Amino acid sequence: MTRLESLPGYDAAAPLLAVSELRVRFGATTVVDGVGYEVDGGQTLAVLGESGSGKSVTARAIMGLVRPPRGAVTAGSARLRGVDLLTLAEEERRRLRGTTIAMVFQDALSALNPVLSVGYQIAELFRAHQGLSRKEAARRAVEVLDLVRIPSAARRARDYPHQFSGGMRQRVGIGLAIALNPQVIIADEPTTALDVTVQAQIIRLLGELQREHGTALVLITHDMGVVADIADRVAVMYAGRVVEQGAAAEVYARPAHPYTEALLGAIPRPELRGRRLAVIPGAPPDPGRPEPGCRFRPRCGYAGDACGQQPPAREIGPGRLTACHEWERVTTP
Amino acid sequence: MASSTLASASAEAPPAARPGLLAKLRRRPAFAISSAIALVVCAMAAVPQAFAGWFGGGDPRKCDLVNSGLPPAPGHPFGFDIQGCDLYSNVVYGARSSVLIALLVTAGMIVVAVVLGSLAGYFRGWVDAVISRVMDVFFGFPALVGMIVLLQAASTHNEWTVSAVLILFGWPVLARVMRGSVLETATGEYVAAARGVGAGTARILLRHVLPNALGPVAVLTGLNVGGVIASESALTFLGVGLQTPAISWGVQLNTAQQYFVTSPHLLIFPSIFLTVTVLSFVLLGDSLRDAFDPRLRQEVARP
Amino acid sequence: MGKYALHRLLMALPVLLGTTFLIYLAVYALPGDPIQALAGPNRALSPSVEQALRERFHLDDPLLVQYGSYLKGLLSGDLGMSFAGRPVSEVIAASWPVTFQLGVTAWLFMTVLGVLLGTVAGLRRGRLADALVLGGTTVVMGVPFFVVAYVAQIVLGVNLGWLPVSGTDAGWPLAYVMPGLVLALYGLPQVARLTRTSVLDNLNADHVDTATAKGLRPRAVVVRHVLRNSLIPVVSLLGVSLGYLLSGTVLIEGIFNLPGLGYQIFTAIPQHDGPVVVGVGTLLVLVFLLVNLLVDLLYGILDPRIRLG
Repeated sequence: MTRLESLPGYDAAAPLLAVSELRVRFGATTVVDGVGYEVDGGQTLAVLGESGSGKSVTARAIMGLVRPPRGAVTAGSARLRGVDLLTLAEEERRRLRGTTIAMVFQDALSALNPVLSVGYQIAELFRAHQGLSRKEAARRAVEVLDLVRIPSAARRARDYPHQFSGGMRQRVGIGLAIALNPQVIIADEPTTALDVTVQAQIIRLLGELQREHGTALVLITHDMGVVADIADRVAVMYAGRVVEQGAAAEVYARPAHPYTEALLGAIPRPELRGRRLAVIPGAPPDPGRPEPGCRFRPRCGYAGDACGQQPPAREIGPGRLTACHEWERVTTP
Repeated sequence: MASSTLASASAEAPPAARPGLLAKLRRRPAFAISSAIALVVCAMAAVPQAFAGWFGGGDPRKCDLVNSGLPPAPGHPFGFDIQGCDLYSNVVYGARSSVLIALLVTAGMIVVAVVLGSLAGYFRGWVDAVISRVMDVFFGFPALVGMIVLLQAASTHNEWTVSAVLILFGWPVLARVMRGSVLETATGEYVAAARGVGAGTARILLRHVLPNALGPVAVLTGLNVGGVIASESALTFLGVGLQTPAISWGVQLNTAQQYFVTSPHLLIFPSIFLTVTVLSFVLLGDSLRDAFDPRLRQEVARP
Repeated sequence: MGKYALHRLLMALPVLLGTTFLIYLAVYALPGDPIQALAGPNRALSPSVEQALRERFHLDDPLLVQYGSYLKGLLSGDLGMSFAGRPVSEVIAASWPVTFQLGVTAWLFMTVLGVLLGTVAGLRRGRLADALVLGGTTVVMGVPFFVVAYVAQIVLGVNLGWLPVSGTDAGWPLAYVMPGLVLALYGLPQVARLTRTSVLDNLNADHVDTATAKGLRPRAVVVRHVLRNSLIPVVSLLGVSLGYLLSGTVLIEGIFNLPGLGYQIFTAIPQHDGPVVVGVGTLLVLVFLLVNLLVDLLYGILDPRIRLG
């Protein structure tokens, strides 16, 4: 907290995390094309979208994991209470990682170092940011494992990632993120690698930890069911852009973009049992060959002449945005 | 980006991707230079008389002890060896045994490795156990020591015996790779399908398994040619390989070592030829490997 | 861990038997008569002396019986007598320090230089340093190492006079620097290249992103999360290379005139001195196997995935 306050641009009134007009390129391909979203303390923002929609890349860009030669952030900002991470000196930015903003990765098996014990990997955080001794850091690591509800934490701290089950391993991953009690946690599809029953436990754990500490949570997912459970707000991404944004309940009840509508049609719901699941026709566009106009147009049932122009994000209600020319037709039942 | 699509295309349809690969190879300077040198060396081995006469000499056996160990002189650009023979024509004729041994060893190793490797990989069970244990024995063996002992025991020292010993200690590396790739292919869907329609063992092995398993072995063998030439010259240099009446770079270097203070040219010229030859074969093998092994190629091409 | 070690030890036994038998077989097949070689070319031995010698060295027994009694002696630590009348163990005791010092020097050079160059190349991929390491290792792979040995002798020894040209008079380390360096070149390209590939693999690994996201210092990320993981496969190559270096000592000891084990084999072969060749050869194989065993165990310690199965 104090660290953030001393940095240029700090504004106590600004949202905890505000991303705007972010662009990321991999080689000649623009994979994130002007993404923006905001999230405040105690809130959960769900970022929805298919694989390849740029939702993970956006998160990695915020964390500073998109680096040359593989990719580059070419424009935009990612501000923590007004402090722009993207223009910050690398050393300052490093000090914020883990302490103020942290990330939970998709596949804990590959995200954890296979040859270091999980206790050591968590203890590294305390040693790097708080300068604790090896012994003290190890003790704190056990506390963290306890906090993410890993049974007999003291013993398991000495175990290696491959000795944990998938669910337990992702708890370790969450432990890494919450160890220093950061203000923002970005969870990048934290449950996709897990069994369905374990998925619910992990999401519940994340929710609980967030409520206890008043953390802002950005939950990246392609699972609409998860969104309905714990999200306050939703940002739907398609082909490198945010196409719709708003309060979760509103978006869920009345989507204002044909893509969101189609996504909602594609989740199994008990009341629709026995009927065919809707399928979105066509395939996402090739990011290497962007076409002008609305990117969803080739797959869209509402497409009209106006869709040859790229739709701007328009505010259709308080905090409610859609990037669709035909949104009124989408919302009218 | 382009390379990854190429790689996936070649995994699906190798014949279609090959011409593109060769075109790519031709554009690589390392490939162009090394293959040109390798070709010259092979030509020297095939028709040494065409190269040996360039400076007036030409007969490696025409010697005059008066000239023993003399440095380069007009008409004799490399000088004379201890017997007073023209060193240039001797060095040119020396390519012959190196290339011959490289050919023999490569062919021999492929045959042994393919036969034993496929037997072990295809039939598994006790056949595999026996062959693998024998390979272990060779891997657990300081090869150079073994080669020296065997060559000392041999009563004749010509290209054939040296090749036989090099094959004996060289095949296990290739056979292990062959075994691995046969194991992998033999469990493939299309082999199961062929067996399902009633194809016999021999037919499955020859038509389905071998063509698909040969690739890695061929690449590895290509990578090995330079090493074979170097090993031959090392053994000969030690005095256990080819012996004096034979004309070979190893023999020339062996003789030269006693005179290296007084007549360094005896050491320098065969060394240069040997080094350039080995280096060009190693580079050639390297660029072939880069071109034909998609995994490695991707690694090289990544920006 | 103990079980794993025992398993590896049992695996090494048949290999040891097979290799010693192979050496024995080769020596047995050496042309010419060892007794005659011992006596010298122009001397006739009395039949009774010859018979006594034949019995003493078991030369009239069938091959397998000879091998059996040799193994029996080996188990009780008896390596037999050389034909020249010296116990083989004495020959070995006199010459192993030379080979040991040469091997260790070369191995140190190879390890330090190989890992260093490979790491630099991997961390600076695509830049000048990377290109230099890749190009340099290719050249080193291509140049036969006895050529390197002579160039080194002429340049460093004769022309510049920095290091002794040959022999062990200067003692360790001075006498061993040049032969050690030349011998190290034998395995250096492979070590450097494997290190480079391994560093590259690990640089792109997901857990490195995690380490960065934790806010570790770049140096800590590279040392603890890239290098530590990268060196695991390199360790196994370093072990295997030690075996090849031992093999290479035969060549190097010849060129640099160092009276080590390889040198003994070399002088024993023309004299048909079977016991020396078999004894020294067996020792080399034994060390080779032992080193590989140790490397396997070390591998287990470094990589918990293997240790804990």
